[in-house]
Amino acid sequence: MSEVKAPSSRRQKQAIGEGPLTRAALLGVALVFLGLMLIAPLLVVFVEAFSRGFGVYIDALAMPDTMSALQLTLLVAAIAVPANLVFGVAAAWLIAKFDFKGKSFLLTLIDLPFAVSPVVSGLVFVLLFGANSALGPVLDDMGIKILFAVPGIVIATIFITFPFIARELIPLMQQQGSSEEEAAVSLGAGGWRTFFLVTLPNVKWGLLYGVLLCNARAMGEFGAVSVVSGHIRGMTNTLPLHIEILYNDNKAAAAFAVASLLAMLALITLAVKTLLEARFAGSLAAQRRH
Amino acid sequence: MTALAPDGARATRWRRRSVLPGFGLSLGYTIAYLSLVVLIPLAGLGIRSATLGWNEFWAIAFDPRVTSALELSFGAALVAAIVNTVFGVLVAWVLVRYKFPGRRWLDAAVDLPFALPTAVAGIALATLYAPNGPFGIALESLFGVKVGFTSFGVTMALIFVGLPFVVRTVQPVLEEIDRETEEVSATLGAGRWRTVTRVIMPGMLPAILTGFALSFARGVGEYGSVIFIASNLPYVSEIAPLLIVIKLEEHNYAGATAIATIMLVISFAMLFVINLLQAWSRKWFGHE
Amino acid sequence: MRGRLIALAASLALGACGGGNTSEVTLLNVSYDPTRELYEDFNQAFAAGYKTPDGKTVKINMSHGGSGKQSRAVIDGLEADVVTMGLQNDIDVIAKETGKVPADWRSKLPANSSPYTSTIVLMVRKGNPKGIKDWDDLVKPGVSVITPNPKTSGGARWNYLAAWAYAAKKFNGDEAQIKAFVGQIYKNTAKLDSGARGSTTTFTQQGTGDVLITWENEAFYSLAELEPGAYELIYPSLSIKAEPPVAVVVGNAEKHGTLQVAEDYLKHLYSDEGQRIVAKHYYRPTNPAAADPKDVERFKQIEMVSIDDPLFGGWPQAQPKHFDAGGLFDQIYQPAR
Repeated sequence: MSEVKAPSSRRQKQAIGEGPLTRAALLGVALVFLGLMLIAPLLVVFVEAFSRGFGVYIDALAMPDTMSALQLTLLVAAIAVPANLVFGVAAAWLIAKFDFKGKSFLLTLIDLPFAVSPVVSGLVFVLLFGANSALGPVLDDMGIKILFAVPGIVIATIFITFPFIARELIPLMQQQGSSEEEAAVSLGAGGWRTFFLVTLPNVKWGLLYGVLLCNARAMGEFGAVSVVSGHIRGMTNTLPLHIEILYNDNKAAAAFAVASLLAMLALITLAVKTLLEARFAGSLAAQRRH
Repeated sequence: MTALAPDGARATRWRRRSVLPGFGLSLGYTIAYLSLVVLIPLAGLGIRSATLGWNEFWAIAFDPRVTSALELSFGAALVAAIVNTVFGVLVAWVLVRYKFPGRRWLDAAVDLPFALPTAVAGIALATLYAPNGPFGIALESLFGVKVGFTSFGVTMALIFVGLPFVVRTVQPVLEEIDRETEEVSATLGAGRWRTVTRVIMPGMLPAILTGFALSFARGVGEYGSVIFIASNLPYVSEIAPLLIVIKLEEHNYAGATAIATIMLVISFAMLFVINLLQAWSRKWFGHE
Repeated sequence: MRGRLIALAASLALGACGGGNTSEVTLLNVSYDPTRELYEDFNQAFAAGYKTPDGKTVKINMSHGGSGKQSRAVIDGLEADVVTMGLQNDIDVIAKETGKVPADWRSKLPANSSPYTSTIVLMVRKGNPKGIKDWDDLVKPGVSVITPNPKTSGGARWNYLAAWAYAAKKFNGDEAQIKAFVGQIYKNTAKLDSGARGSTTTFTQQGTGDVLITWENEAFYSLAELEPGAYELIYPSLSIKAEPPVAVVVGNAEKHGTLQVAEDYLKHLYSDEGQRIVAKHYYRPTNPAAADPKDVERFKQIEMVSIDDPLFGGWPQAQPKHFDAGGLFDQIYQPAR
């Protein structure tokens, strides 16, 4: 294979790449498609948010209901993300460093929430904790409120964002193999030490991205939370639910103002990922090439 | 985003011994957390569904309104997945093969539907495609097509939501393709089109199919981005997840459970198919 | 502008530290869809002038949604202290299925526990391009109607019944023709939202449909608060007297220790201040004398049937006959494919 020389004739050159006209056309189509399907909706958010002026924008954000929704959203994310982080790391360690029967099945199970419709996810918890379920009345008697209250929203969000960090870490750790860890252990390092000093540094960027995605999804989840929340203004509305309420209240500009907050979060998530990849492309590639 | 896969070797015993510690702990914690958060709640759905009894379950499943909703959800998701596959492969090709200013940022933008909350996407799309929105007006005047509040609108929303799946599944494969094979094909006299379709595409097929399946699976269950743009007319433009919510609101728990179970079963089937595709791709092509 | 930014930053900071407030009692009012502005105003007025016997202030939390949907939520465990629903049946089911509302709740407050009433009207766009004047125009081909889903919305059921009443009068009680008439209205319907406010949004914000069937108060609200001059209110020749009732959810209020506050809260709706606010927000006050005459003048006197008329026989009869699974609405809706 290495004897094949780079093609020298023009026809041969064209044969391993598209002609400039084709390239331009393909590029054009791709850009137009992305522009219409991706960028346009994003622009709409910001255009509509400011359509009534900066004053209305700030008022929408300063509204007490917005503040409560923001608080609730942050609280839910603050619980869901670390919980799923611990799980993601544990599951990745288990799957990447060990061999056992049933591993493939386990992986499919971990992927489950990803394949389930958000509404079904919410329904599952209504059936579990609702007034005519087995658990519902029991918890009610104990004074614990799950549904139509914050715990229900937290649980539904944990379910939805369950696989994110695991999915990000597992392929990464699999590609890295266990040779470094085995070396550390054979040199006498304990389990935790190996993990923190050898494994973690190797996966830190994948971990970070997983956490960012998990967070973005946790803060933005709508369908599942909509089913389990009581839509009590100022109490059990997360930012996405609050956006729906504003939109349906004919306060479109306000809805988009709050939406722009979440859109900015999404943009920051993407920007961080891009910057990480740009800076660490070299070491990331090296990490993959074990 | 690819579904997860085990790495190579098969253990002859239940598990192969390893020098690394922490197996018991990580296994225990993983299974416990998994059961608590995922398995038990889903089992709850299954149990509740079972209490319906076969007759009632089938009666609900074949109720015309339910079948219309499922048809719409699947139909729109299918069309959207096809569109996403065609354009997704194109976008992946352009991102991997071509260099142009802003390529890195465009690459990041592909993940937007993944990072943007569905409700935000929903109101944005609804505004864009409404009869009095920019795209709505443009489409109606140029093509006489009404998008907002029709099943066409649903499809548009699902294209948005499923876009990253195909691109992200195909990209890594494209990046790893051995350019030498292409060069050989060229030196042997194949034209560009032939090289692309006969040499490159087959290698990408598993990834393309996986991306398609993922986009499809996502589209079927999508709720937040669709409900703002759909007209929610029973028998015509009501998506299945919305029908579940409506049944819940009407306190028709039996109906909601039945539809949810059907959707869950289909989701599992899709997941199974995706995993199979990935296993196939690893087996024959040696990569994810 | 700078002032607003500072205020925003301040509330962000305060919000972050915010915690419980023990000198305050909270009340949850689970309401139907169009009442957002009404209760925003009323709650402020009530809270400003009220203190519990032991000196605490009151904070009222609201939840809004289609009346049927909201009542189901309360049954499912949403811990409302009071419910302010769109129609009698939605409180009856709470009483029946949870016992948290006493069975005779309707007689606990004046006027069958309805501090305000309304009726059903038609709303069209400026200039009335399709020339809609009455219910007859809604069955014409090419007319696009917006009305909510009777399964979840209280207003939707009043809409349906008003149309039914008109058809009953027109066809002299011939049920087959009435069904065809009402069915045709739903065939012409472009979108069924889950609540009255949702339908208003579809009609106004999303520019869908030629005519909106809605609560009178909702129509007035749209005319006044949305684009001025963009919409017109059409009173049909016949409509229905819509009575949205209120009740204390005794079971929850006792548990929260808010029984007295809840009762005072609802009673205040009947007070002069309450009735004035009610009328200001386009609801017909039960005690018009207490309201601003200018507000009351708006309400046109048209021919109205009542739910308790022999045609419907009251909600306990009308709900199962028309709206329960397999009822007349389901029958009418089936062929509309």
